[in-house]
Amino acid sequence: MAQVSVRKVVKEYEGGVQAVKGIDLEIADEEFVVLVGPSGCGKSTTLRMIAGLEEISDGEIWIGGDVVNDVPPRDRDIAMVFQNYALYPHMSVFDNMAFGLKLRKMPKPEIKQRVDEAARILDIQQLLARKPKALSGGQRQRVAMGRAIVRHPKVFLFDEPLSNLDAKLRVQMRTEIKKVHQTVRTTTVYVTHDQIEAMTLADRVVVMNGGIIEQVGPPQELYHHPATRFVAGFIGSPAMNFIPVRIEVNGNTLSAKMPDGASLAIPTARVDRYGPFKDRKMLLGLRPEHLTEHTDDPKPGIARIDERVDVTEPMGMETMVHFFIDGAPICARVDPAVRAEPGEIMPFAVDMNHMHLIEPESGRVV
Amino acid sequence: MSGAVAAAGALPRRRPSSTVRHQRWVLWGSYAALVVFAVMFLVPPFYTLMTSLKSSAEISAQKGSPWYPHHPTLSNFIYLITNRAFQIYYWNTIKVTVSVVVITMIISVMAAFSLSRMRFLGSQSLATGVFLTYLVPPALLFLPLFKVVGTVGLLNNAWSLVLTLPTLSVPFCTWIMIGYFSSVPKELDEAALIDGASWMQMLFKIFIPVAMPGIIAAMIFAFTVSWGAFIYPLAFLYSSNQMVLTVGVVSDLVRGDVFEWGKIMAGNVLAAAPPIVIYAFLMDYYIAGLTAGATKG
Repeated sequence: MAQVSVRKVVKEYEGGVQAVKGIDLEIADEEFVVLVGPSGCGKSTTLRMIAGLEEISDGEIWIGGDVVNDVPPRDRDIAMVFQNYALYPHMSVFDNMAFGLKLRKMPKPEIKQRVDEAARILDIQQLLARKPKALSGGQRQRVAMGRAIVRHPKVFLFDEPLSNLDAKLRVQMRTEIKKVHQTVRTTTVYVTHDQIEAMTLADRVVVMNGGIIEQVGPPQELYHHPATRFVAGFIGSPAMNFIPVRIEVNGNTLSAKMPDGASLAIPTARVDRYGPFKDRKMLLGLRPEHLTEHTDDPKPGIARIDERVDVTEPMGMETMVHFFIDGAPICARVDPAVRAEPGEIMPFAVDMNHMHLIEPESGRVV
Repeated sequence: MSGAVAAAGALPRRRPSSTVRHQRWVLWGSYAALVVFAVMFLVPPFYTLMTSLKSSAEISAQKGSPWYPHHPTLSNFIYLITNRAFQIYYWNTIKVTVSVVVITMIISVMAAFSLSRMRFLGSQSLATGVFLTYLVPPALLFLPLFKVVGTVGLLNNAWSLVLTLPTLSVPFCTWIMIGYFSSVPKELDEAALIDGASWMQMLFKIFIPVAMPGIIAAMIFAFTVSWGAFIYPLAFLYSSNQMVLTVGVVSDLVRGDVFEWGKIMAGNVLAAAPPIVIYAFLMDYYIAGLTAGATKG
């Protein structure tokens, strides 16, 4: 078990392209941290630098109290699970799992005991004699995890381990990974581009974009209090809506005026916070669940807008209604019992108690 | 009643669609081409085998069909097998070939592994350079190599072939192996590195077993180059006790203008037997893709 520290780490490739631009990250012992972000954001590069598979251009990486910048991967006491499983095709499942232990000249009885223990945790005891080609995708991924578990490493590194699995198996394996972490409690760094995977697995989520860390925090914090427009738009599915507004003062109150002239009253509790942005063009951030069907007795802080429905997506327990405000695509989550027909004008309730206000120039949530 | 049955049984015949007709023509065309090529390639070995089973008298008589022996005999084979000179050619060929294959595989596997997997300055240019050396024809090389062989004192010594034949086999085998090693997923060596393997352990425990079809392909090539070499043995060897099969058979069994065709053909059959056996046994392994299951697939 160990802490992992990433301090001012830079990865620069030939030609001066910076994949990682001086990031800082502290991962506590036994913590499950997920690095999430779009392709090319530097998350996999960061993980590979922690693994020792990529050299660090600048900065320091600490594992368990030691700087490991120049330590080869085999001496870092880490284990990694790859997207493509990376099982040795000519070895049985047992030999795949035992390979690292054999190289470390561990006594045979202990190797067997560790492999059996990992196989029991992952429920693959009956597969130990098989070759990888005789396994399904999910079984191969379990074996890859088993190969990591048997080592009892200081840190587990997962590089998009579920990306190759079908949707159903992905959900199942996600639970398995969480269960394994609850059992072995090893510090884990997990990379994914799937924000649902990040939200469901992580103790803390690290959102990366363009080689920098946009925000670090527990999933709920990221969801409810995003620091930037990028995080607000990346976390949550369907994504947060962004409506261009102008902040206006009406006596002691503030309102957000939309391009079509409709004015949405800003809750009084937020007047002080948003006051400095009066008369400025801002972005109003609203999650789809805070944009619902309008009812006759609205609660305080609920405003009404009438918009022409473009597309509806019935999902069973809810219906997604899509429309446009000044060209910006908007998605609302409404009760499936409510009639919503494409082309018709529909009244929506905007829950301003959960609004986010974003500075368009900096992308900062204020 | 019979008329009704006949009417029910006679279903309207449909003309095959143009796609089906086209496919049929393609199939027939393929078979025709394959038969032509099979005949072209199989007639010489068949004629060799048939001639090897004829006596010298039958060959010189030139009566009846030349395509099969009228009085089959194994006398040519018995003569060669019991002939001391032929035994020496055979032994020399085996000795040279085994040595060339071993040397080639050691050099080319190591070279290919480092060129395909280890990042170092100039590795790409070096890999291209290895292939370029293969493009130089042996007919151009044997003259300077004659000088080299003479300098090291190996002229008229079968070991000169062990020194020179790898110049033909190593570049091509290295190139084959670079391609094979490059097809092994990168994650496999990264997983091995994290598991604690050194570069040598990675080569011997992961790459060589995984790339075995490629290694066998390279071995077959090195074997063929060495077993069938003609120009180098012809240039470097001139004593009967140093010769290999390719030059030994023709130099020993052609005396002036007398060609002992039966024995020459029997020599060819005996010389061709080991490669045929090796191909037959290793072909499945050669084709099999061992990497199946290494990654998603």
